[in-house]
Amino acid sequence: MSAVNELNTRGSFRWIWRQLTSMRTAIILLLLMGFAAIPGSLFPQRNQNPMRVQQYFTDNPGLAKFLDRLSIFDVYSSPWFSAIYLLLFISLIGCVLPRTIDHLRTLRAVPPLTPKYLEKMEFYSVVATDKSSALDRAEAYLRASHFRVRREESSISAEKGYIRESGNLLFHLSLILILVGVGVGGLLGMKGEAIINVGDRFINTPTSYDSLSFGKFQGEGSLPPFALTVKSFTAKYDLQTSAPMDYTLTVEAANPVGSAPKTQVIKVNHPLTYGNTNIYLQANGYSPVVTVRNKSGDLVFKGAVVFLPQDGNLTSIGAIKLPDMSPQIGFVGSFIPTYDRSKSRGAFSSFPEVLDPRLLLSVWEGNLGLDTGNPQSVYRLDTSKMKRLGLKQLVLGESYDFGEGSITFNGYTPWVNLQIVDDPGKLYSLLGATLAILGLLASLFTRQRRIWIKVGDRVEIAGLAKNGAPGLEVEIRVLKNLLEEK
Amino acid sequence: MTSANWAYLSNYAIYSSMVVFTIAFFAHAIEVAFSLRNTDSDVESASTTKFDFTRTEKSGRIGTSMMILGFILLLAGVILRGVSAGRVPWGNMYEFSITGALAFTGAYLFALWKYKVRWLGLPVVIAVLLTLGTAITILYVKSGPLVPALKSTWLAIHVSAAIVSGGVFLLANCVAALYLYLDRVEMRGPRPKWAERIPSLETLDQLSYRLVAFVFPLWTFAVIAGAIWAESAWGRYWGWDPKETWAFITWVAYAAYLHARVTIGWRGRRAAWLCLFAGSTFLFNYIYVNIYGSGRHTYSGL
Repeated sequence: MSAVNELNTRGSFRWIWRQLTSMRTAIILLLLMGFAAIPGSLFPQRNQNPMRVQQYFTDNPGLAKFLDRLSIFDVYSSPWFSAIYLLLFISLIGCVLPRTIDHLRTLRAVPPLTPKYLEKMEFYSVVATDKSSALDRAEAYLRASHFRVRREESSISAEKGYIRESGNLLFHLSLILILVGVGVGGLLGMKGEAIINVGDRFINTPTSYDSLSFGKFQGEGSLPPFALTVKSFTAKYDLQTSAPMDYTLTVEAANPVGSAPKTQVIKVNHPLTYGNTNIYLQANGYSPVVTVRNKSGDLVFKGAVVFLPQDGNLTSIGAIKLPDMSPQIGFVGSFIPTYDRSKSRGAFSSFPEVLDPRLLLSVWEGNLGLDTGNPQSVYRLDTSKMKRLGLKQLVLGESYDFGEGSITFNGYTPWVNLQIVDDPGKLYSLLGATLAILGLLASLFTRQRRIWIKVGDRVEIAGLAKNGAPGLEVEIRVLKNLLEEK
Repeated sequence: MTSANWAYLSNYAIYSSMVVFTIAFFAHAIEVAFSLRNTDSDVESASTTKFDFTRTEKSGRIGTSMMILGFILLLAGVILRGVSAGRVPWGNMYEFSITGALAFTGAYLFALWKYKVRWLGLPVVIAVLLTLGTAITILYVKSGPLVPALKSTWLAIHVSAAIVSGGVFLLANCVAALYLYLDRVEMRGPRPKWAERIPSLETLDQLSYRLVAFVFPLWTFAVIAGAIWAESAWGRYWGWDPKETWAFITWVAYAAYLHARVTIGWRGRRAAWLCLFAGSTFLFNYIYVNIYGSGRHTYSGL
């Protein structure tokens, strides 16, 4: 490459860098980031509500495909959103680092020289005082009120409020620390969910989870080796509104597995914590307990089946699949904790606690479709290749003979959804956020100002306040009065 | 006394505060309207109409005392609501609204004490009456216990910081809007008589900036407190929930506003528009996301 070309490349790089780190660009990027965040609040997001995204695809397939190409359903991890915040942070670093270095230098520096003509400065006045001692007295006063003082032969230059710039820089550097915390959490963290019936045991290994995701640089071997046994779960509801009032989950926790278990209580705002790993109580519901026998009366299945709540009163739906029966049998079910009935809605639940439970079942015979290789929801039955054998509403203890066998509604057990999260970056973010606030307070509520006193033919005083901060006039008047011994 | 009795007392206090605010409204309206005076029987009466606030000083003072009394009654109403529910009174949108009106009145009274802004009295009292009116007619829900996710000390910290910030942001918005209006008026000629008492455009400009700069750290704190709470309740400190997203947008908009003013020296019209934009993102968050939005911050009780 020729010398001229190289110069041009370097020149244009420098030009781009200067543009990027200019304040105007930073503000435009800041506003742009605000606008770019908007679509994420208007369209359903995959990482928050994948079901609603799927619904959107079903409702408007063409539009959804187009929007998906623009990452509208993953706004906050989209290339364009990432581009904006990365550019913003590069611009921030390019702006803040040189200023920090400058500021560190001035921290040890003395205030600048006294200007030649004080008359041009703010709040100029002439002090009627003894010339010989004026500077000594002024210096003593200014030092006592924590001004940084530069004493020259016949003048004093004093400055105060450096902390304004310190706070400003601290604030911006802390923002970078927050971003580092977010990055660390994303790359080294882990997040998973598991539904556990009361009475069951959860061992913290990947296979115990219903969903589990790791950061890019985090392996499956990193799960802390604890085990939980769900002892009891109680939910209290408001009798009039059915609004939940309290959830209490009691577990016996052993960390590591095999150590003596301890009884622990988990509540909504009080997760169980092991190091960086938190165990949260996220949701709850009911699992009806059923027994299924075949035509000859042999036991085929007995156990609790997790059903998913559909409303605030915990009307729940689910499916029971029995691929080992021949022909294959499947049940589509609704569990109603407190039975009620209306003409428009049919059977529904009128209270979230179990007061008068019912199990509504429709029985299907045929091919469950489990061997097609397509993933299937455990809560839904694909009835496209099946034939309905019957429909039945069961009370507690009741059995139903559907010809190919029988099913008994034995009882129910509550389940809880535990969310297990390891975020090693959150402490960095918290530290960053705390420092950011401190920096912000320092920079917005500190006034930076200078005061000069000059002894020539007469004693003069004047000052300068950065950004027109108020209060300097009073300060100068106080000093003037002091010198005039009023 | 039972919870329901406390709730009744709270409602009475809030109705009374509305009556008092209505009196304050008339006092301020009279203050503005009757300070117009025609000087003698001049033919060109319009040009000699004088705006003389000494005549209505008394009415203005009544307005201010009624504002203070209304504030006290409203404060009592909010506290009694909390007593009736046995918790801080920030569990649903009715409670957010009455506390928001309280914070807004408080911000005005603070500014009145600090900067002598009685000319803001009329718009403030109108906004407060509208907020309270909406609260008791549309948003009212019975006093009740909190859902488990709200049972946390952070409720008091996070929500109070957010409500106070909101009150001050809206006050800054009123000032910025007034600036823009008077700026247009002044381009065409002198101010109308009623606006003569309002300080200069420059003062308005400074005032809206001061209000924002004063409350921006508090808003930052409200967002961070929310994040800490979300970490303990939902297992993540930031999840781009619609409410979180809009709180972030508001923060970004005000940050841009402060930068535009302090570092590139935006003043006047452009700064006022940016201030209005930032304030409107807050209002959008409060109204749209609370009522129509999805996500985890759906506590409006509607």
